[in-house]
Amino acid sequence: MRVITEEDKCCGSGLCVIAAPELFDQRDSDGVVVVLDETPGADRHDAVRKAVAACPAAAIRLARQ
Amino acid sequence: MSNQADELRDLPFPRSAPMEPPVEWAELREKCPFAAVRLPSGDRARMLTRYEDVRKVLTDPRFSRDLARPDAARLTTAGDQGFMNARRPGVDITDGPGHTRWRRLVGRTFTMKRVEGLRPRIGAMVDELLDAMTAHQGRPVDLVPNLALPLPVGVICELLGVPASDQGRFTEWANQMLSLTRYDADEVAAGRAEFAAYMTGLIAAKRAEPGDDLLSELISVTDAEDGRLSEAELLATSMSLLAAGHETTASMIGKMAAILLSHRERYETLLADPSLVPAAVEEVIRFDAMSEFGLPRYATETVEVGESVVEKGTTVLLSLQAANRDQSVFASPETWDAHRGDNHHLGFSAGAHFCMGSPLARVELQEVLAGLLRRLPTLRLAVPAEQLRRREGLLVGGYESVPVTW
Ligand code: HEM
Ligand code: SF4
Repeated sequence: MRVITEEDKCCGSGLCVIAAPELFDQRDSDGVVVVLDETPGADRHDAVRKAVAACPAAAIRLARQ
Repeated sequence: MSNQADELRDLPFPRSAPMEPPVEWAELREKCPFAAVRLPSGDRARMLTRYEDVRKVLTDPRFSRDLARPDAARLTTAGDQGFMNARRPGVDITDGPGHTRWRRLVGRTFTMKRVEGLRPRIGAMVDELLDAMTAHQGRPVDLVPNLALPLPVGVICELLGVPASDQGRFTEWANQMLSLTRYDADEVAAGRAEFAAYMTGLIAAKRAEPGDDLLSELISVTDAEDGRLSEAELLATSMSLLAAGHETTASMIGKMAAILLSHRERYETLLADPSLVPAAVEEVIRFDAMSEFGLPRYATETVEVGESVVEKGTTVLLSLQAANRDQSVFASPETWDAHRGDNHHLGFSAGAHFCMGSPLARVELQEVLAGLLRRLPTLRLAVPAEQLRRREGLLVGGYESVPVTW
């Protein structure tokens, strides 16, 4: 599974950081999402899905590799 | 069905009690998801009440937040001077690329990391206010002037670098900015001019003597003259942060107390398990039903939304609160439940305009609630909940006063 984010859509809410702090962060300069691990292991797929659902801007997608 | 949709309904809807949602919300969600409504200005709009429809519009850039257009509905009795309808020459931060530029610039102040860094200071401010409140001899005590208002005002003023001695002056200005029916066009324009004159003076003072605060930081961005923030935008930004940063949070603190104490078993659940505080705050925001009518958007193209076709040029009103009680998304939506998981409420909006201050608002509400639970376990309302007085005539609904005792 690959995590894809769209910078133009991201509104810097930080909700992905709350949902999965080990996978997402925000850039200090503008608050836009930073993916810490683009290909998380299976044990983290649930956390990624939580972040996708929480994102208020629909800026996070999942792709099969 | 078709005549349901054509029937013109006047906003705001009447209420059986301050805390109760208008019966129209459930009816419209069910039968008329694209209702014709008349606003306090007399202009017409369409109201959306279903979660999926509201979220769709909020995340679709063909719907614009810029209502300073000749054919957009005017929301308030202040007409062209009112909130969202007033023209702001030289200010391009409302929508589109100008808005993105502005979000990226100001948004860095409100990242999770920066806001978590403020948590200890916010907790200390809550403690100071509770010290003063509990030192009062008399009871009941009104939570609004003693806690709900001074906390968010203090927080946003400290963040921006506005002197503490001036804090009393913003409430009236913010109310004028957010007036629905309370003020007329002249009063709103005069209030805005006074507020702008004050902020202009403060900006000049900070420019001469910068501090370690957001306003000074924004001034240095403006002074770089590289197109990131014009002088007019600097003024508009500081005014909207001051107003948005306190009015909404202040009224939410009052509503949170009322929601939790009107059914005291809710407060007791949290006393038994304070780790529920963050979830309880989200549920308070979902459950709040006191907003008058929600967020406006203007359709720049004809767009299909759910079962309806929104014609180009239509002003739509998105009822976040009606959407937050949509049972297709929230199980038992009329029940307040601190254990509700995956609470993706729309109380902070969604899409490009998602509340920029939401991390700050969350920390403020969490610290207030944790502080009340810790310091005042016997807290209760001093009057029956039905007798709490609602603030009338403002876009942000809330209570005039919330008398409590312990
Ligand atoms: C519980 C408290 C709060 C609630 C319920 C709330 C709600 C909202 C909502 C619904 C919007 C979206 C407007 C739209 O989509 O048209 C918004 C936008 C905004 N809020 Fe908040 N807010 C709160 C607290 C704060 C605080 C503390 C700040 C601090 C500075 C703030 C700053 C802003 C700003 C700057 C925007 C405009 C964002 C944009 O247009 O991109 N809010 N808020
Ligand atoms: S949740 Fe979405 S909008 Fe918010 S910071 Fe993460 S990617 Fe950006």
